[in-house]
Amino acid sequence: MTFAAVLETLIKIGVVFFVALTAVAYLTLAERKISGWIQDRIGPNRVGPWGLLQPLADGIKFMMKEEVVPSYAHRPIYMAAPALLLISALSALAIIPFGDRLSLGGYEVRLAIADVNIGILFFLAMSSVGVYGIVLAGWSSNNKYAMLGGLRASAQMISYELGLGLSLIGVLMVSGSLRLSQIVEQQGSFSSWNVWSQPLGFLIFMVSAFAETNRLPFDLAEAETELVAGYHTEYSAIKFSMFYMAEYVNMITASALMATLFFGGWQLPFPAEAAGVEGNHLALLQILCFLIKTGFFLFVFIWVRWTLPRFRYDQLMHLGWKVLLPLALLNLIWVGIGVAWGWF
Amino acid sequence: MEQYLPILIFVLVAAAFPVVTLVVARVIRPHKPDPVKLSSYECGLESVGEVRDRTSVRYYLIAVLFVIFDVEVIFMFPWAVRFKQLALLGFVSMATFLGILLLGYYYAWRKGALEWV
Repeated sequence: MTFAAVLETLIKIGVVFFVALTAVAYLTLAERKISGWIQDRIGPNRVGPWGLLQPLADGIKFMMKEEVVPSYAHRPIYMAAPALLLISALSALAIIPFGDRLSLGGYEVRLAIADVNIGILFFLAMSSVGVYGIVLAGWSSNNKYAMLGGLRASAQMISYELGLGLSLIGVLMVSGSLRLSQIVEQQGSFSSWNVWSQPLGFLIFMVSAFAETNRLPFDLAEAETELVAGYHTEYSAIKFSMFYMAEYVNMITASALMATLFFGGWQLPFPAEAAGVEGNHLALLQILCFLIKTGFFLFVFIWVRWTLPRFRYDQLMHLGWKVLLPLALLNLIWVGIGVAWGWF
Repeated sequence: MEQYLPILIFVLVAAAFPVVTLVVARVIRPHKPDPVKLSSYECGLESVGEVRDRTSVRYYLIAVLFVIFDVEVIFMFPWAVRFKQLALLGFVSMATFLGILLLGYYYAWRKGALEWV
């Protein structure tokens, strides 16, 4: 790699990190504000105008609070678990293409950190590593609630990984590549977005993504009415916040992937010529388009959380194994016929 | 391999972030432990029994089923990528493979392995 390429990578990593972590901070605020509105409350409004400085106050509090490590905990694993979870969550962001390309004085910048040819596999691998973080957190805490939460979370996540993987295969059959930029390019026009040809696949992907991120209605791992806080019951201060950060980073990745795989990624919903701009302005418009799509799915995540009640554990397993798995195979057959007949 | 270098750098930066945060927090936060504070949380009661006790065998069953079906999904990835080129032969061979697998799925269903009671 040339020096310019390394510099370019570092700058892109810096930008993605900054945007992702700021988004995480403000998602916590958005969650509380939106839940407030849904329940006819105001939500946080004391720290700064409209509570805009609330994430900052939370951050300082997380850093300054005393941390309690239970004396029976297995210390090395207890320390490593939240970091492992957060690292795997953040790493998955590396493969997301957030725009086409930007030219800076003749120098072409591709707007993705790593456009590797195994893109989707990398995402699946990282989400699997995340399961380790949760299981180890539950096991090492030496607390009954944490242990049960960790067990439930791992069983749930591996069950729904099947639905997730199978719904992705439909997309691969159409695009013929695991490379995310290629999947986006194949969805060039509005009518060729994958969601129109395989709505069932999108639905399965979305439901599985909710279960993978442990969000309501699938948050049985941290069902507070029975398990206190699940696998992070014994975690406090900054380590507790890491579990939350990982959850929100996972939400961002899942939303970005929904936009990328099924809603054309950074592609505009109308032909690029109709936008009336070109070059860098078009690239910026495309980035904006990607952010709007991702933001919409993040809103759906929050909206669903404050609308639907929690599943029971047997219902959860029933949905994963007896409903999503056959439906995903049905979707596969549908896409197979569609591709063979050249419909899409 | 060069295209993987950005991922490596990204993972290193991602790994540095929690480490730095943990170290900074360790320096600035108070530290006043006492035996009661450090006991396991059980809603204020004395802790009873072992944590790493026997758990439901269902979890084990789910894990075994997961291994079977997840390997199947991984098998399908390269097939899906080359689906257009493999044409009818590819479709028929994957349908045969899936048919055999679905037989096992049906068996597991009938045996009640997918029930959670």
